[in-house]
Amino acid sequence: MITVQNLRKDYLVRKGLLARKTYKTVVNEVSFHIEKGKTLALVGESGSGKSTVGLMLLGLLAPTAGEITFAGQPLLGGGSMAERRTLRRAMQVVFQDPFASLNARMTVRETLTEGMTVHAIGANAKEREERAASLLTEVGLPPAALDRYPHEFSGGQRQRIAIARALSVGPQFIVLDEPTSALDVSVQSQVLNLLRKLQRENGLTYLFITHNLAVVEYLADEVCVMERGQIVERGTVDGIFDTPQQEYTRRLLRSIPSLDPDARRLTTTV
Amino acid sequence: MLSYVLRRVLYAVPILVGVSLLTFALFYLTTSPENLARRNISAKNPSPAQIQQWLKDHHYDKSRSEQFKDHMTSLATFRFGTSDATGQPIAETIRRGAGPSFVIGSLVFVTTLYLSLTLAIIAAYFRGTYVDLLTTIVTVLVMSIAYIVYVNVGQYLLGKVLKWGPLTGFEFGLGGLRFAALPVLIGAIAGFGGGARLYRTFLLDEINQDYVRTARAKGVSERAILLRHVLKNALIPLITSTVAAIPSLILGGVVTENFFNIPGLGSALVDAINGQDFAMVRAMVFLGTLLYIVGLILTDIAYALADPRVRLE
Repeated sequence: MITVQNLRKDYLVRKGLLARKTYKTVVNEVSFHIEKGKTLALVGESGSGKSTVGLMLLGLLAPTAGEITFAGQPLLGGGSMAERRTLRRAMQVVFQDPFASLNARMTVRETLTEGMTVHAIGANAKEREERAASLLTEVGLPPAALDRYPHEFSGGQRQRIAIARALSVGPQFIVLDEPTSALDVSVQSQVLNLLRKLQRENGLTYLFITHNLAVVEYLADEVCVMERGQIVERGTVDGIFDTPQQEYTRRLLRSIPSLDPDARRLTTTV
Repeated sequence: MLSYVLRRVLYAVPILVGVSLLTFALFYLTTSPENLARRNISAKNPSPAQIQQWLKDHHYDKSRSEQFKDHMTSLATFRFGTSDATGQPIAETIRRGAGPSFVIGSLVFVTTLYLSLTLAIIAAYFRGTYVDLLTTIVTVLVMSIAYIVYVNVGQYLLGKVLKWGPLTGFEFGLGGLRFAALPVLIGAIAGFGGGARLYRTFLLDEINQDYVRTARAKGVSERAILLRHVLKNALIPLITSTVAAIPSLILGGVVTENFFNIPGLGSALVDAINGQDFAMVRAMVFLGTLLYIVGLILTDIAYALADPRVRLE
C-alpha cells in the first residue's frame, strides 16, 4: 500500500545572523513498507522524528530527500492537480489532542462536511449531512451531535469526532499520530477498539505513531523503533516484545507501567 | 446573557460615582469656585457681590456634599446643565461635537483596522519570508515616527506642495471629504503599525494549530484555511482589542481635532480645560467613563457571539 524509501528531513539551523548555515537531520534514511489493511507502529521517544515522518507521508511537510510510493504512485515530485487531490483524499490523519485538531469555531457538521465539499463527495448538502450523521453513528456518537461544538464533548468523544472527520473523505490510509496519548486509560482502550473495528470494516491501512509501547501490542502488526531520526530496530510485535535486540528498545519496553508488583520491581533494577 | 448584562450595568454605577467623586475632589484640590468665578466673569475686577452672584447662578453656593449630590443626580439623568465659561447648555455642545468626532473617529478606526488586518494577513501568509520581514520593517518604522511629524509633513505636502486648498475644518457630507482625507490618512498611517504586529501574532498563534493541519489534510486550499479557519479563530482576541474602542469614538481625538481644527468633542474638551469650565469637564469625564463601560460590555457580548466556548452567565 505505502512504501517509504530513504526518507530524510533536514532543518536549517542558523545561529545568529552571520553564522554559517548548519543543518540538523531530524529524519535520516527511513524506509518501511505497509501492506494494505495492516498497521505499522512507529515507536520512539519524543524528538525521535516519528511525527515528522507522519507529516511527510501526508504531504504536509516537504522531505529533503527520499521517495514515498502510495498504491504504486510516487507521492513526491508533482503529478497533476487532480492526481494530488485524489491522493489527499486517500490519506488522512488523527492527531494527539482532539481539542487542538478540531476547529473550535466550527460545528461538528461543518467539520465533517468541509472535506466532502472540497472533494465533491455527495451530490448536495443534504446527502453530505446524511453521510456525516452515519459517520457519527459509526464512531459511536448520536447524530444529534452534528449541531454541537467541539467544546461540548469529552476528550474521548472529541477524538471520535476527529476520527469521523478523517473518515469523512473516505481514505484508505490513516496516520494516527499519538491518537490516545491525551486520553484517560479507560477511554484509550475504547478509542483503540474503535480504530480496530474501523480497520476491519473498511480495510484501512494505519501508520500508528506512539511513544507508548503498551498500546502498540493492541493495534499493530509490525513495529519500527526510531531513535534520533533513524529506525534502529524493526520486527513483528511479538518479535519486538519477546526478543528486543537494541538496548534502546529494551528501555522503551521497561518504561511500560505494569500492574504486576513483581514485574514492577524487576523493571526498576536497571 | 441578559442577566449578565444587567449585572454589568449595575456594576457600572459605583464606577461612575467613583470617577465623578474623583473629578470633584481634584477640582477642589487644584482650584476653587471663587477662582472660577473671577476667571469667567467679564468684568476686570469683579466685586465680591458679583462673585457671590456668579457662585449662586452656577450652584457653587451650597455645601460641598450638597453640590456633589446635585451634580451626580443631574449627570445620571443626562441633564448636564450650562457651561461655567460660556453659559451655553452643555448637552447642546456635546450634541454638536459628537457628530464630527464620530465621523472622523470612525473613519480613522475603520481605515486603521483594515490596513493593519490586511498587512497582518499578508505577513502571516508569507510568514518567515522576505515579505514578512519587509512588513515588520515597515510597521516598526511607522510606529517609530511621532504623530506630530506626520501632521507637519502631511500638511506641508498636501497644502504647500500639492496645493489642495484648505486642510483644516469640517463639513458633513461628501464635500467634507477634502477635510477628512488628511486626518484620516495620517491617523491610519500613524496607527496601523501596532495593530498589524498584534494581529499577525494572533494569526500565527492559530496557524500552527493542529486543526489547520487537519484542514490541509482534508484538502482545503491554503487561502480558504487562512480566511475561513484561521481568521475566524483569530477574530476572538481581535474583538477584545478593538470593540471597546467603538463607543469612545464619539469623544474624538484630542490631538487630531486640535491640529485639524475639527469642531468635535476632543477640541471641546481641550477648550473646557483651558477655560476652567468645570461643568463641561465633569460632564465629559462622566460621558467618557460611561462610553468606556458600554464598550467593555459590548466586548463581552461580541466575545460570546464570536466564540461558542464562551457563555455569559
